[in-house]
Amino acid sequence: MNALEIAADVRAGELSAVAAVDDALEAIARRNEELNVFVHVDREGARARAAEIDERVARGEDPGPLAGVPVGLKDNLCQTGVPTTCGSRILAGWRPPYSATAVERLLGAGAIPVGKTNMDEFAMGSSTETSAYGPTRNPVAPDRVPGGSSGGSAAAVAAAMVPVALGSDTGGSIRQPAALCGLVGIKPTYGLVSRYGLVAFASSLDQIGPLARTVAEAATCLEVIAGHDPRDSTSLPEPAPDLRGHLDDGVAGRRVGLIRELVEGADPEVVAATRAAADALSAAGARVIELSIPELRLGLSAYYLIAPAEASSNLARYDGVRYGLRVDADDVTAMNVATRTAGFGAEVKRRIMLGTYALSAGYYDAYYGQALKVRTVMIEAFARAYEQVDTLLGATAPTEAFALGAKVADPMAMYLSDVFTIPTNLSGHAAISVPFGRGATGLPLGVQLLGPARSETRLVSAAAVLEAGREEA
Amino acid sequence: MSDLTRDEVAHVAHLARLRLSDEELDRFTGQLAQVLDHANDLRALDLSNVAPTAHPVDLGTVLRRDEVSAGLGRDAVLASAPAAEDGRFAVPRVLGDEP
Amino acid sequence: MRDGWEMVIGLEVHTELLTASKLFCGCANAFGAEPNTQVCPVCLGLPGSLPVLNERAVELAVAIGLALHCTVAPSTFHRKNYFYPDMPKDFQISQYDLPINAGGYLDLSDGTRVTIERAHLEEDTGKSTHLGGTGRLHDAERSLVDYNRAGVPLVEIVSGPDIRSPEQARRYAAELRAVLVATGASDGRMEEGSMRVDANVSVRRPGEPLGTRCEIKNLNSLRSLQRAVAYEADRQVALLEDGGRVRQETRHWDDGLGQTSTMRVKEEAEDYRYFREPDLTELVPSEAMVARVRAALGPMPAERRAALTALLGDAEATGDVLDTVIQGGLDAFVRAAIEEGIDAGLALARAANELGDAQGAGRLDVPAFVEVLARESAGRLSATQAKTVLGDLARAGGTADDAIAARGFVPMSSEALGAVVATVIGEHPGEWSRYVAGEDKLAQFFIGHVMKATHGQANGQAVVAELETRR
Ligand SMILES: [Mg+2]
Ligand SMILES: [Zn+2]
Repeated sequence: MNALEIAADVRAGELSAVAAVDDALEAIARRNEELNVFVHVDREGARARAAEIDERVARGEDPGPLAGVPVGLKDNLCQTGVPTTCGSRILAGWRPPYSATAVERLLGAGAIPVGKTNMDEFAMGSSTETSAYGPTRNPVAPDRVPGGSSGGSAAAVAAAMVPVALGSDTGGSIRQPAALCGLVGIKPTYGLVSRYGLVAFASSLDQIGPLARTVAEAATCLEVIAGHDPRDSTSLPEPAPDLRGHLDDGVAGRRVGLIRELVEGADPEVVAATRAAADALSAAGARVIELSIPELRLGLSAYYLIAPAEASSNLARYDGVRYGLRVDADDVTAMNVATRTAGFGAEVKRRIMLGTYALSAGYYDAYYGQALKVRTVMIEAFARAYEQVDTLLGATAPTEAFALGAKVADPMAMYLSDVFTIPTNLSGHAAISVPFGRGATGLPLGVQLLGPARSETRLVSAAAVLEAGREEA
Repeated sequence: MSDLTRDEVAHVAHLARLRLSDEELDRFTGQLAQVLDHANDLRALDLSNVAPTAHPVDLGTVLRRDEVSAGLGRDAVLASAPAAEDGRFAVPRVLGDEP
Repeated sequence: MRDGWEMVIGLEVHTELLTASKLFCGCANAFGAEPNTQVCPVCLGLPGSLPVLNERAVELAVAIGLALHCTVAPSTFHRKNYFYPDMPKDFQISQYDLPINAGGYLDLSDGTRVTIERAHLEEDTGKSTHLGGTGRLHDAERSLVDYNRAGVPLVEIVSGPDIRSPEQARRYAAELRAVLVATGASDGRMEEGSMRVDANVSVRRPGEPLGTRCEIKNLNSLRSLQRAVAYEADRQVALLEDGGRVRQETRHWDDGLGQTSTMRVKEEAEDYRYFREPDLTELVPSEAMVARVRAALGPMPAERRAALTALLGDAEATGDVLDTVIQGGLDAFVRAAIEEGIDAGLALARAANELGDAQGAGRLDVPAFVEVLARESAGRLSATQAKTVLGDLARAGGTADDAIAARGFVPMSSEALGAVVATVIGEHPGEWSRYVAGEDKLAQFFIGHVMKATHGQANGQAVVAELETRR
C-alpha cells in the first residue's frame, strides 16, 4: 500500500496505524529470512507507537503527513534505544542514547520506524555484500544484489515490507540500489537534510534521503526530513522546500542536457533507457540537448581518495574504549588494534588504509590534496553546464543488478558501479534516480536527473514526468 | 603501476591501528595499488592554479550561543561501555603518553 | 648557565576558556564535577554526533588575540588524528594552517618583546587516572577515563623562540597569565590545569643555528617552569660539552626530584594526518564581533603598569614588586591608596607581599585596603597587625573596622608602650649602653624584643620614639 494512501486513511480514521504496522511486520516476517533485509525489527516499539497514533487520531488530532506509515531505517541512522550496527561487528549491540534529526522528524510526522535495514559495512560498498550480517538479496531477483550501500532499505521497499525507507548516499548509495530495485531514490542537496545522528562515512559527501516506489512518496518523505537543523553546522539555513506542490509542474520549456559521460561504458540497454527517458522529457515539452562534461571522468578517482580519507578519521573512534566491541589485550594500544582488527571487515580496512595513506605525510599533496582540486574542477564544470541547461540526465548505474558475489573479489570493479552517481556527491548537488526501462534480463533500470544545489523542486517534477512516461517507454 | 610497497601498507596499518596477516598484507598492497593506479589520472593533471574544495557548501561562519544544555545521564553514558569502574571508562594500561 | 652558551626557549601555553558550555556542545564547562556527568553524544564522540562551534569561545579567543596584538583572521578547523583513550573521537579538532590569531607579541617588563606565532582554538581531552602499580602512568595496571573535560575550549598560545633565560620564561608565563586573566578568557589557575605550559628548550653557542630541542611537560607552576628550564639547559650543555648529542624528545619534569627525564623519543616525525574538519564551516570572525570584543577589553597589564609607574613618580619600586602588583590585578588597590595620600612604597609592599600570592586580593575590597593602610600610616596599627588584618580581609571580606575589632587590635597607649620599653631596656643593659653610645642599628634589637613582649601590637616607629626619649 502506498504511503500517501496509508497516511490519508489513518488521518481520516479509516485505517488503524496498528493495522498498517502489522501488515508491514507480516510482510517482513514472510520474506526477511530469504532476503536478509532487516537486521533488527522493532516489533514492540513500532506497535506501541502505532497505538499512540491511533489514540491521537481518536482524540481528533492530526499526527502528520506520514501518519501511521511504516518506514525502514538504514542501520546507520540512530534511534534512541534501537540497535545501530552500520552493518559492522564493531558496533554489535550498540544502542544509541539519542535519535538522528531525520528520525525525529519522521516520528514527528507520524511515521513509524519498524526496524533497521541491512547495509554495506559503514556504507562502504555497492552491493550490500560487505555487511557483517550477510548479504541482502534483491527482491526482484533473489540471486542478484540489491545494490548498495542502502541495499536493505531498497529491498525493504521493493519487497513491499514498507512503503518508504531512509538511506544514505555518499557516492550513490541511495540512487544505485533504487535503480537496481526499480525504485525512486533521492540524493538531496548537501545540507538539505541534517546529518545529525547519521553515523558518518565521509562527512563532506554523506546525505540522508528517501527510497520509495513513487516520486510523490519519496518527495513527501524528503519534505518531512529536510530543513535547517542547528545541531548540524553544515545544514542549509532554510526550511524544507515545498516538493509536493511542484510534482505536477511538468518540464515544458525546460532545458535538459543528456550527459555523454553519464552513459558511456554502460550496458546497451542502459544507454537505450537513458535515451528513451530523454525522448519522454522531449515529448513533455523539454528541450533536450546532448552535452559532454569530460571532467566528470575524474570523479571516481577523486572520490576514492576523498571518501576513504574522511572515513579513516571518522572510523578512528571505534577503538574499544567507549562502546561497541572490545577485544581485550594487555595494554590499550594492543586492545585498540585487536578490537579494530576483529571488528572491521576487509572492505572497511581497505578504505581506512587507503584514506590513511592518502592523508599521510609525503602523500597528502599528491593524493588527497590533488583530489580536492579535482573537486573544484568538477564543480566548475557542472556550473558551466548549468549555464546551458537546468537539468542533467544520465544513467544511474552502468548495469542492471548483478549476481551476488560477482564483484566481491575485485574492489575496482565494484567501485566502478558508482561511476555515474559519484560526481553529484563531490559537488554537493541534488539528484534523483527514477525507474526507467529494463535490462538485458528484464531487471529494472534507473535513470538519473541531476540539478544544482537546491534544485529538488525541479528534479521531482521532471522525475514525475518520467514516472508517467515510463509505461510508454 | 603504483610504487606502493608492502612496507608502506604495513606502516599505514600501524597508523590505523589494524593488524594484517602476511597474506592480507600482500592482498591489500595489490588492491590499494590498483586504486592508486586509477588515481594516476589525477596526479598527472597540472592543477597548481586550482584552489582545493574541502567542502561542497559555503555557509560562512556558523555559531551557537554559549548555553548549557542537559547532557546524557551517567548511567546512559556507561551503559554501552565495554568496561567501567567507579563512574569511569576502564581501559588496559596506557603505555605511551599523549603526544 | 655556563659561559659561552645561550639558551633558546619557546613556550606553548594552553588555556581553558571561561565559557559556560563546551567548545562544540552544550555540556557544562565546569571543573570538579562527578566523573562523566558533563557529557553528551557530541563530546563523547558517539557515532553520528556533530560539533557546533560556541560563539563565546570565539569571542574569548578573539579577545586573547587582540590583547596579544595578533591579526585576527579568517580561519578553519582541522582534525589532528592520533589514537589516545582520553580523546573520544581519536582525533582532536584544532586549527592548523589558518589559526584565528597569528603574528602578535607580548612585551615583558624587562623590555623584551616575545613574538606570538599563533593563538588558536582547539578542544581539550578527557582525563585518565592510572591505577595499580605506583599510580604512575608507566607501571599502572589499568586506567579510568573521565570525559568531563573532553571538549572544553582551549586556546593554545605559541611563542616564538625568543626567550633566553629560565627567569625570563617565568616572567613571560606570569605576564601572559595576567593578560589572559585581564581579558576574562581564563582564570589562569595552573594548579587546576586551566593554564598549562610546555617549554621547548635548546642551547647553542651564540650566533650558531638553533640546537636540537626538547619539549618539557608537566610544568604545574611558574616555579616549576623556571626550575625545569634551568635544569634542562644545564643538562643539554653538559651533554654537549662532553661531546654528546641532544636527542629530540619529550621530557617529563619531576618537581620532587628537581629533574627532567625522557618521556618519549621522537624517532620519526609524528604523522597527524591533518585535514579540514568537514563537520564545521570556516570561522571568519565578523567585523562586528571583533569591534564588540575590542570595545569590551579592559586595560592590559602593560598599560596598567605604565599608568601605575607614572603615578609612582620617583617612588622606589623594583620590577618584581611592580610585576607582582600588576599581574595580580592589584594596581587599583595601590592607586587608590596613593590617591588617599598613603606612601607609595608602603602601598606597593603591602599589595605585593600580602596579596600577591595565589590567593590574590580574594574578598578584600579597595576601601578596606586603603583604610587598613591609613591606620597603619597613622600609627594606629602596627605593621604586623596591618598584615594580619589584610590577610583576614582577603579571606573573609568585610570592613576594616570589623576586621580590626575582631582581632582586638587597639592601639597601645604611650604609657603602656613606655613601660614595656623601660622593662626591655632594663633586661638588656649592655645593648642599651652600646645604643646610647651611638650604635643605631641596635634599635632593631629593641624593637624586636618589644614586639615579642607585646605580641606584635606595638608600632615600630613609636618604639623608636620611646627609645630616643630615653637615649
Ligand atoms: Mg594543541
Ligand atoms: Zn557534550
